[in-house]
Amino acid sequence: MTTHLFVQSLTSGLTQGCIYALIGLGFTIIFNVTGIINFAQGEFVMLGGMLSFYFTRSAGLPIIPALLVSVLIAALIGAALYLLTIRTARRASVVSLIIITIGAAIFIRGIAGEKWGVNPISPPAFTGKHPLHFLGATIQPQALWIIGITLAAAVVLHFLFSSTVIGKALRACSMNRSAAGLVGINPRMMALIAFALAAAIGALGGAVVAPLSFMSYDAGVGLGLKGFVAASMGGFKSQTAVIAGGIVLGVVEQVAIAIDWGPFKSEYKEAIALVLLLLILVVRSRKLSEEERVS
Amino acid sequence: MRKWFCVLLAVVMLAAAIPLAGCGGEKEASGEPYKIGAVFSNTGFNAPLGQPEVQTVEMMEQQINKKGGINGHPVDIIWYDTASVPATCYDMAKKLIDDDKVVAIIGPTGTGDTNAIIDLVRDSGVPLISCAAGTTLTVPTATNDKHWLFQTPQTTLMIVDRLFDYLKTQDITKIALITDTAGFGVDGLKTITAEAAPGKYNLTITESQTYGTNDSDMSTQLSKIRDSNPQAVICWGTNPGPAVIATNMSALGMRDIPLFCSHGIAFKAFIDLAGDDANGVIFPCGKLPIVDSLPHSAQKDLLLEYRKNFEAKYGKGETNTFGGHAYDALSMVVAALDKAVTETPEEISGSNDTLQAVRAKIRDYVEQKVNSTGYPDTDGFVATGGIFNISASDHNGLSKDCIVMVKIADGKWTPAE
Repeated sequence: MTTHLFVQSLTSGLTQGCIYALIGLGFTIIFNVTGIINFAQGEFVMLGGMLSFYFTRSAGLPIIPALLVSVLIAALIGAALYLLTIRTARRASVVSLIIITIGAAIFIRGIAGEKWGVNPISPPAFTGKHPLHFLGATIQPQALWIIGITLAAAVVLHFLFSSTVIGKALRACSMNRSAAGLVGINPRMMALIAFALAAAIGALGGAVVAPLSFMSYDAGVGLGLKGFVAASMGGFKSQTAVIAGGIVLGVVEQVAIAIDWGPFKSEYKEAIALVLLLLILVVRSRKLSEEERVS
Repeated sequence: MRKWFCVLLAVVMLAAAIPLAGCGGEKEASGEPYKIGAVFSNTGFNAPLGQPEVQTVEMMEQQINKKGGINGHPVDIIWYDTASVPATCYDMAKKLIDDDKVVAIIGPTGTGDTNAIIDLVRDSGVPLISCAAGTTLTVPTATNDKHWLFQTPQTTLMIVDRLFDYLKTQDITKIALITDTAGFGVDGLKTITAEAAPGKYNLTITESQTYGTNDSDMSTQLSKIRDSNPQAVICWGTNPGPAVIATNMSALGMRDIPLFCSHGIAFKAFIDLAGDDANGVIFPCGKLPIVDSLPHSAQKDLLLEYRKNFEAKYGKGETNTFGGHAYDALSMVVAALDKAVTETPEEISGSNDTLQAVRAKIRDYVEQKVNSTGYPDTDGFVATGGIFNISASDHNGLSKDCIVMVKIADGKWTPAE
């Protein structure tokens, strides 16, 4: 493998990985605060891309306002999802609630397909399409936006969770819901915020990746799955681990394509990533059971 | 009692007389319709191909009925969505055959769906005119002689051969491939590899890479392709993959290498998606995208008429060859009903034997008359895909002459030759 090929796979992998990381963060926030895996997370990413396309191409808004409006609308849809389904069915088991999110995902997908059609779409790139070169590899300006926005989101979230009252309340909910309730935190309000926040992050990811790699009404399924893998790699816990997991996933996929030998081929890139996930989970559960034995 | 009975009888007779009285002046067809079935991928991965097919048959249904139907009888096109899932296609086809009792079925959109129902239509004795392009679909096998199966698109083999004929005129012998891992791309890769072999077109494949239908970045695969020094890159897949590849190639500075795509990009959506990067892409296709530059012919008139009607109903620039495949399939069934079927819809729904007989008549007409014998003035059956000459040994009836090479320039389709 030549240097420029390796560098190309790294840059492509880093860009992809940031998207997976953003989606994974959305899964993690909802899971931590409510214990539910929200399988509609991928659809929020899709909505971010579709809405920003609508606002820039059809409504003619400039890019930044379109982005903000799309993220806001997605947050509202996330809140609506929580209120109309999860809150209404609150006495149901966690498994039932997860299945409800799957149903919601199918519903959102169907509406998107009806409204925007089945063909992929592409909002305009933030700063144009003139590619940048280094070390023999090419990177699009939009890719730099993706990486930058992911880092910015990570920093903002870290600040939110560590230094603001709401953030600390969310963390309290994730540690122990009943204890949080006892000290005056409203777990239902926290769950609502978690859904809205996760939807906003997902939509942000969708809006920033759609100019680069297009978006269609059914893109949410695949993206959601990859984000889920990223979140699993991060153990659904620490943000840093989820972001690292997403980037590792993206890079492994692209490097597998570059190696192009034996099982490391383009067709198997997802399989390789999932095998990696299995290994990480096995190693982690072994470490956990060892800790239990020791204590 | 007797008085009320007479009044009732009079009312009933009046009510029965009214439709008969109205019949004389109206042009619109009424009464029991001929029922034609259809299965299309209105959703699922083949939706971009299936939706224009549905739109086309709905448009044709309205037109036929407005002009008085077939021999005075209206038509009812009953279509179901297969969601691009073969098992669903089977269920829907069975419904059409057993419950709706249709006289023929057009579609499905994809080869996978079609393969799921070839035995069903044989066992039920129903003619199936598929809109899928699988090369071996209508070729008899040990388990199915394909007696009841026809297909209207040009096959992948014809498309690849036509492309390779063009490559020869450009002195291109070294090609690199980048293909979709879904059915369409796999079919393309297999056909390209077979046709590039030493005994046939004798092309060297310098590098062969694949990508997933919804993958968003093929720069790594394209870097490898660039390293292998091909004279041309051939991309086989449906949207959005080829658009991503065109964009990636521009970003990598690879557009000095000609990019050829499959007919899977013959949509306005490709040009919308790839923007400026679509310019310079060349692909083989039916004649519809460049109809304006064709010399005058019966097919040109038909294509212009189809485009005019479709765009009036569904939007400018939206016509594509895939809707055309459905147009051709339905046209054949309508021609059969018009010319070969004397039974009325009432007779068909009244007796199962009549239904079976009509189905066989339609099959026979398509096999024996949709060619230069049945249409001697035009040397065959003129349709959007080409001039059909169907026979017992060829249930497709097209050749690579009905395919042209299209180049995208300034965001428009132009002839490449």
